[in-house]
Amino acid sequence: MMAQTQPQTNITPVLEVRGMTQQFGGLRAVSDFNVRLMPGELTGLIGPNGAGKTTVFNLVSGFYQPTVGEIFINGQPTAGLKPHKVTSLGVARTFQNIRLWNDMTVLDNIRVAQHYWLNYGFFSSVFRTKRYKQRETQISEEANELLEVFDLMQFADEFPKNLPYGTQRKLEIARALSTKPKLLLLDEPAAGLNSADAKDLIRLIRWIHETFDVTIWMIEHHMDVMMELCEQIKVIDFGETIAEGNPEDIRNHPAVITAYLGDDNI
Amino acid sequence: MKHHSLNALLAIVAVLLLVAAHFGWIDNYIQIVVMTIGINIIMSTSLNLVNGNMGEFTCGHAGFMCVGAYVSSIISVLCFGSKFGDPMLPAGSVLFVFPFILLIGGAVAAVSSLLVSVPSFKTRDDYLAIISIAVNYMIISALENMNFIGGSRGFQGMKDTYWAMIDIFDGPWMLFWVINFTIFTVWVIRRFISSTYGKGVNAICQDEVAAEIMSVNTNKIKIINFMVAAGLAGCAGGLYAHIIGYVNPQSFNILKSTEAMVMVYLGGMGSLSGAIISAILFTTLMEILRSQAIIDGMLSPVTFIFPDWEPSAGVIKWVMIPLLLVIVMQFRPEGIMGNRELSDVFPKLKKFYRFK
Repeated sequence: MMAQTQPQTNITPVLEVRGMTQQFGGLRAVSDFNVRLMPGELTGLIGPNGAGKTTVFNLVSGFYQPTVGEIFINGQPTAGLKPHKVTSLGVARTFQNIRLWNDMTVLDNIRVAQHYWLNYGFFSSVFRTKRYKQRETQISEEANELLEVFDLMQFADEFPKNLPYGTQRKLEIARALSTKPKLLLLDEPAAGLNSADAKDLIRLIRWIHETFDVTIWMIEHHMDVMMELCEQIKVIDFGETIAEGNPEDIRNHPAVITAYLGDDNI
Repeated sequence: MKHHSLNALLAIVAVLLLVAAHFGWIDNYIQIVVMTIGINIIMSTSLNLVNGNMGEFTCGHAGFMCVGAYVSSIISVLCFGSKFGDPMLPAGSVLFVFPFILLIGGAVAAVSSLLVSVPSFKTRDDYLAIISIAVNYMIISALENMNFIGGSRGFQGMKDTYWAMIDIFDGPWMLFWVINFTIFTVWVIRRFISSTYGKGVNAICQDEVAAEIMSVNTNKIKIINFMVAAGLAGCAGGLYAHIIGYVNPQSFNILKSTEAMVMVYLGGMGSLSGAIISAILFTTLMEILRSQAIIDGMLSPVTFIFPDWEPSAGVIKWVMIPLLLVIVMQFRPEGIMGNRELSDVFPKLKKFYRFK
């Protein structure tokens, strides 16, 4: 599962966004956004506050439908699909403010994320059919495996609200991976973490990228995290893409410096 | 077989009740109370599915009970009664057909729940509560205007079905059906909410956005959950109609819905055992407060001061019960059980039964 940085034409991109624009009334939150993520990439999306980063994620995960433009996930268009359908195409995401199901155990949090693939319905669940039993055992095994590799097994029967903040972040990523995504969107995974926890998170994301067959696209404000992790970074401001390239280019890009620090000629 | 001792206990209690009723060891009044408890358990556990597990706020549950009551009554009269002409089925088949009559009533009630579940895609909380009250009124008013089934005068003739059962065997049939359907309801709900499929309902309750993003088809699950709840309430309505032998749209008005809600909130949101316990407590309390002697006794300090005041049990009951609700909400807002089950409170119970 080597990271693949060179885009190749014969491989379908995991995510392709063409000319995406999102208009909220008079506000143009995202305008003419284009991106192409190839399998195995680890890309960053940065920008000042209110630049429209989370809106881009909301659009890609199907939470909003773009006003103009097209989104393809693994080559399939997401236009008109409900978010759970988009998820089923292979996108999973985490949230800026953790959104775990707090009154369900950690194990159930992981299990319910398999809901789309349950393959049984109400009557199977009531009559406990063979398929029900098969699927439930299978799901339990997979969930336990996931908790095991994420080192969360000791919290399996705990409620997420009782876990430390860093662990909740980790659990949310584990829950997202439980849907077996091809594309993982991380919305500020390091928000609210101290520098030691942020270091752990860098290690975790790198490990996920190496272990799971998944393309990662992340929003982050901690520049050190981004510079260390990402191969490609895209910078947006006021919904417009202002720069993209590798971390070194971004660091010295005049438009980025202007966006973050302001212009020096008044 | 330790895991099945609860099932065995339930079976023994059920058989004892039936035997006692059959040989007249418990009188008709007690039987009616037991049947009301059963119906109330069905109502509170099914409403708990929506208000507790899914965290929606609906207060029109009696509307679905009404649909079930009317549909099963009409089918019952068509099949075994003489009101609409000759009975369509031989009286001997009643024991096989009757549960299906109830289930058909439940199925139609389940379909009618679409009136609430479809708006619930985009509406929540107070707004959904208003929609559910509106649906309750719609159902009642529609039935009041259907003169061919009695309109506001009510509908009767279901006792023929009961007599057909009595002709086969002279026993406490309605008690039998109520016990069976109560156990059926709890069985269905427990299995549904303990499956990963049913836990999607809990996920919607706790974070609908996260549920949708994490691949739960929230709209479908909402429809199914509402349908299960309304369907079971419809079965309860059918049982109620056949016990009383008479239905009137006004017996299923907002007051009846409120009763179901009181039981859910008393028992604790999202707790199946809480809903059962509170249904038993609530029904018993209602019956106790129906007695004029007890009301007089309780209020004797007040009537001593105001000798002219003669409290009537029927009215004071509706002062006492809301007062109880106020007290519970003040001092234990999470209800008797909170969102925990009996097995969480007494872990030793797990030895006797798998609460899964």
